[in-house]
Parts: sequence; structure tokens; C-alpha cells
Amino acid sequence: MKGRRDFFPPLDIGAGRIELGHGSGGRATAQLIEELFSAAFDNDWLRGMNDQASFEAPPGRLVLTTDSFVVSPLFFPGGDIGCLAVNGTVNDIAMAGAKPLYLSASFILEEGFPLADLHRVVQSMAVAARAAGVAIITGDTKVVERGKADGVFITTTGVGNVPDATRIDASRARPNDRIILSGTLGDHGVAVLSRRENLHFETELRSDSAPLHELVAAMLAVAPDLHCLRDPTRGGLAAVLNEWARQSDVGMIIHERAIPIRPEVAAACEFLGLDPLYLANEGKLVAVCPPQSAEDVVRAMRRHPLGRDATIIGEVRADAHRAVEMETAFGGRRLVDWLSSDPLPRIC
Amino acid sequence: MNLTEAFRDADLARRMATTIATEVSPHRRYSLMEFCGGHTHTLARYGLEQLLPGNVEMIHGPGCPVCVLPGGRIAAGIALAQRPGVILCSYGDLLRVPARHGATLMRTRAAGADVRMIYSTRDALAIAQRHPDREVVFFAIGFETTTPATAVAVTEARRLGLQNFSVFCNHVLTPPAMSGILAAPGGVAVQGFIGPGHVASVIGSRPFERFAEQDGYPIVITGFEALDLLQAIRQLIRQINVGRAVLENEYRRVVSREGNEKALALIDEVFTLREDFEWRGLGRVAHSALRLRDDFACFDAEARFALTVEDVPDHKACECAAVLRGAIRPEQCKVFGTACTPDNPLGSCMVSSEGACAARYRYATRGVPRAGTEAV
Repeated sequence: MKGRRDFFPPLDIGAGRIELGHGSGGRATAQLIEELFSAAFDNDWLRGMNDQASFEAPPGRLVLTTDSFVVSPLFFPGGDIGCLAVNGTVNDIAMAGAKPLYLSASFILEEGFPLADLHRVVQSMAVAARAAGVAIITGDTKVVERGKADGVFITTTGVGNVPDATRIDASRARPNDRIILSGTLGDHGVAVLSRRENLHFETELRSDSAPLHELVAAMLAVAPDLHCLRDPTRGGLAAVLNEWARQSDVGMIIHERAIPIRPEVAAACEFLGLDPLYLANEGKLVAVCPPQSAEDVVRAMRRHPLGRDATIIGEVRADAHRAVEMETAFGGRRLVDWLSSDPLPRIC
Repeated sequence: MNLTEAFRDADLARRMATTIATEVSPHRRYSLMEFCGGHTHTLARYGLEQLLPGNVEMIHGPGCPVCVLPGGRIAAGIALAQRPGVILCSYGDLLRVPARHGATLMRTRAAGADVRMIYSTRDALAIAQRHPDREVVFFAIGFETTTPATAVAVTEARRLGLQNFSVFCNHVLTPPAMSGILAAPGGVAVQGFIGPGHVASVIGSRPFERFAEQDGYPIVITGFEALDLLQAIRQLIRQINVGRAVLENEYRRVVSREGNEKALALIDEVFTLREDFEWRGLGRVAHSALRLRDDFACFDAEARFALTVEDVPDHKACECAAVLRGAIRPEQCKVFGTACTPDNPLGSCMVSSEGACAARYRYATRGVPRAGTEAV
């Protein structure tokens, strides 16, 4: 017997909006997944329409990470919440020295959210995932009533694998190690701020959102014994260095003159009263490596487009206070403390 | 090199620091107060104090608007924010200043009040236009620098016929505060002042002349770049060395003797002097703050909501008052860096990055000796 097939109009991606029914688990949910998510992420796992995805475990150790994205505004120069949700998790895996393999994506959608915006976000995720060489193989969608969310929140979880020999860890910074930064600080933070509703200002600046695993692979190829690796997102460079100092029980000194900062970022920081050391980045990394391999690492990084401006910005030193300090351009010194409170809510 | 970079020439800064080191008399101690929190921030941000000889000490004055605002006025702002239908707009730093029992505007917002951080008074006007059914109150703070922007908002609100906009005015005046410091019991051990450049850009250098002419203190008005500050410090040391006390204007690229006439006219149109005003750290200071003129009473939140401002004592252990008068250094306060930190400030000086304690906590290196001569 042939199954009954009601006429069900396709999603109106141009003018339609998310309705509570899209999260009910019924036919509307299935349609949203099929016509929007699966169509964009397209792979065998999703086509199978299971509640989970299974895959062969690759050799080495597995790396697992998860991250939620609540950025406001959703679209900003150089990116959007979609590419951020992919690159952010890819980078968290990459910072273990691992190769990212698979992602899951979970969406919390607000009733009334335009399907056109969701489509744009999902397409952006698909493009970013393809560029990073990862597949989005399972996911979830929930819809909450209008006013209970802010358009869309995305959580991505990622799996990667890392060779047994690679031991990158926040506790491995040693006195005399060098601190290396892959490029300019604060581009993402300022690009997002420039589009804030109450703060709109004109700038050519774009978010630096990018997947960093290939850059990491290039670094590991010349220096397998990298000690620490982190992408300075929320809390910026200052938070990363303070965390390492605490975990490794060391102090750090960085040199203001060595830190690359675009003039437009410096200018925006001045008129907004912000410090670029605390601004979020989405396509930069900071590394700690033994002094003898530092120059090789920097050279390898500069050969990669995402590491063109890579440079040594400071050193690790023995310090019972675990202080992170900066030698200012004037030769004075100041403490680089943790960020207190949050000057820029929701930047990633 | 652009205009700002020229004022950050590190080589020139080091040469200037060397000159200062050769000009100070090793047998004397130089205590200089930078009144303005912007200067405090520049000193800390660039680590300039370490470039100075050990016998030159910078004392951080009360020129941080959120630091000098007493708890009672914050409490009044919190009460306003808690009224149904009110949208309270404020500049960012104010949101974290504690009133009593850790109450802040930030926590009031977390508890459901509609408190919004704005960058410009125009944002507050726009919010009032967007929400005609709500009462929009701008929590106005600041010295003479931010006062003209509030005046613009009030005159604009009148021109637009906005019925739902008002200002909780906490604008304070710099020269009376400086007089207040000099009149504090026990006085202050300060030999010279660095005058506030941005305040002077509005009110001119003339109102500061009396501190040199009548009170006998050298005063140098300067800008906010590292070289501005070093230059001002050098000029003060030169005056002190020869026993002079005059006003010098190092910030002539911005500050004139008469100030910004347009801004002053606007301030005068909208505001009038209060009889006196409570300052955290200085107590009641006569004619040291502004309120809206009766002409503009309908935009005055204090009248509109019949606000009462109670005395809220500072936290018992907090010595912000002594810090603001320059009587003690931040790290001499018992709770500095222990019970009182930027994450959990007991006193207002720990809140704003321009506050003496926060600047000291955030930027001062721990255990690194200062360059230059031995302390005397």
C-alpha cells in the first residue's frame, strides 16, 4: 500500500520565521532539519537521520571540546555566529595539537527568528566546516518562546585526534621559554563592537575568525615539543598568560613594542577606554615553546597565511608570585592582570 | 608618524626621564598630585612612575567621577532604577560602584531593573524617543568635561518636547574640590599639582590660577599622553627647585585661558550651583556641584521623582577617603588587594580604572624596584 503523502509546502526561507512548531519534534522539525541543516551540511551521517553519528576511532588520543556561541550582533564585519561556532571549536581542538575531525551542532532558536538569517548562519557554518575539513555529523534544534533567547544560540562539540607523543598543556611553561603570538590582537573584538547597536562606528576592520589547525600542524612539524598553545578568545591575551602562569607556577614578561596591534584597533581602544590585551580574537594563537626552537617556530608560522605577523612577544620566568608583567614602550613595567568584570559582554 | 604617536616617542620619554633625574635635588622629596583620574591611568598604563627618581612621588587625586560619588547618591540611583517603568541610563563604570551591602546598579539590573549602559547622552535621548511609555532617566556624572554633553541632552529634550526624559544630576566641579583637598584637616603633603587638561579645555586655565597665586602651589595643566605627563612633572620640579609657584599651561594645543565659550554658555544656560555637595573622601564641599536650573525643573529627576539622598557610610574598613585626599597611598589601606579588589570592590577607588586603587592594583608591578635614585 502506498503511504499517504500530504502536500507540505517547502520552507519559505525568504520571508518565513521560526515558529514554536519547528522545535516540536513533529513534521515541521523534520522539514527544518532536512531543508535547511542537512541540505547545507550534507553528509552520509545526516542523510541517515539518526539521533547520533557513529564513526571509526582514529589512532592516537581523542580530543573532545564543546563551546557555546551567543554573540551579539549575529552578523559582523568578517564573520557571523555561524563561522565563529565552527572555527571556535575547531580551534579549541587544534590547541591540543590535534586534527579536528567531526562536529556536532546544537541550535537554540527564538520564535520569530527570520529563516533567512538562520539560512545565512547555517550556510556560513557549512562553508567554514568545509574549509576546515571537518564534517558536522549530528545536531539538535530547540525553539524557545519569543523573548526567551536572542535570535539564535549555537553550541558546537568537536572531536579530534592527536598523536600520543604530543603533550601540549597549560602546566608546561618553563622559565626561559619564549612566548609567541601569531598576529595582531583585538581585530575580532573591535569588529564586533563596531556593529553594536549603541556603539556603531565606521571601520574597515574585520573579524579574524579562522581555523588554526593547519598553522598548528606547521608549528608542530618544526617543534614537536611545543609546551603551551591557546587561542586568546574571551579575556584576550591577558587571560591566557595569567592562566598559564597559574597552571605552570611561573611568571611571564611580555614586551609592548613587540605586540602587533593594528592602528585602527589601537584607536578604537583609546576612544572606548579598552585595552587590546583583553580583547577577544578568533583567529590568533599564542604559544610557549623552548627557547632553542622559538626562531624555527616563528619562521614556520610566517610561511602560513594565518601566521604572517607571528613574532616572539616575551619570555617565561621563574616567579613565586606568578605575575604577568609587560615592559611598556617607555621602558616602565606594569602588571597585566586578569580581566575584571566584562567590558564587552557577549563577543563570542 | 601620526599626531598621537609623536606624544608617545619612547626615546624622547627616556631622555626626558633622564633630564628629570638630573634636575631633582637628591636631598628633597617631591610629592606631586595629579588631580585627574585620566592622568592616574596614563601613569599606570605606561609604567611612568618607574621612570621617575625614587624621591619623586605621584599622589593620585580625586579626579575620578565615579570614585567621588557618595554611596547615598548611588543608592538613590538604584532606587530610581527599581521604580516600575523606569529605564535608567548611565556611563559604564558607574554600574559597578557599590552603595550599601554590595548593592550596585549592575546587581540591580540582574534582579530585573532596566539599567542600560550608554556611551553618549544622545543614546539616552534615543531610548526616550523609542519608549514614550517609559520614564527614561540619565544618571549624569562627571566633572566639567561631561557636563556640556548633559546640557546638550537637556536642551535637545526640551526642543523635542520629550515628556519622559529626565536627568539625575551629579555633575561636580574641579576647582572647589581642589580647594577642598587643600582645606582638609591636616592638609595634604603635596608640593605641586598636575592640572586636569580636559577639564581645563572646557573651563580654561584661569580658574586654576588662584592655586598658584593665592595658595602658593605650582600647577601645570597638561594632556594625557606619556610625554605630556613627563613634561609637566619636569616643569613642576623646576618650579619647586627655585621656589616658584605659578600656573603653567603645557596643554596649549587644547587649553586656552578662557576655555570653551560655547560649552560654558551651555552649562550656564542649563545648570546652576548647588549650595554644597557630598563628596566621597572630602565630605560636604560648598558650591562644588551643579543642579538643573528651575527653568529646566521638569527634566530634573530629583524633583520629578522627589528623590531623597540619604547618607550611606562607606564600608568601615575602606579608606577611600584618605586615598582620595592623598593622605595615604592605595597600598597602605588595610583591605587593598585583599578584601577589596577590582572584582569585588569595597570602595569606589577600586572600581574605575581611573580610580587610584584600581590603577595601582591592576598595573603596579609587585616587588619590582623602581628605577633611579634610592628612596629618601
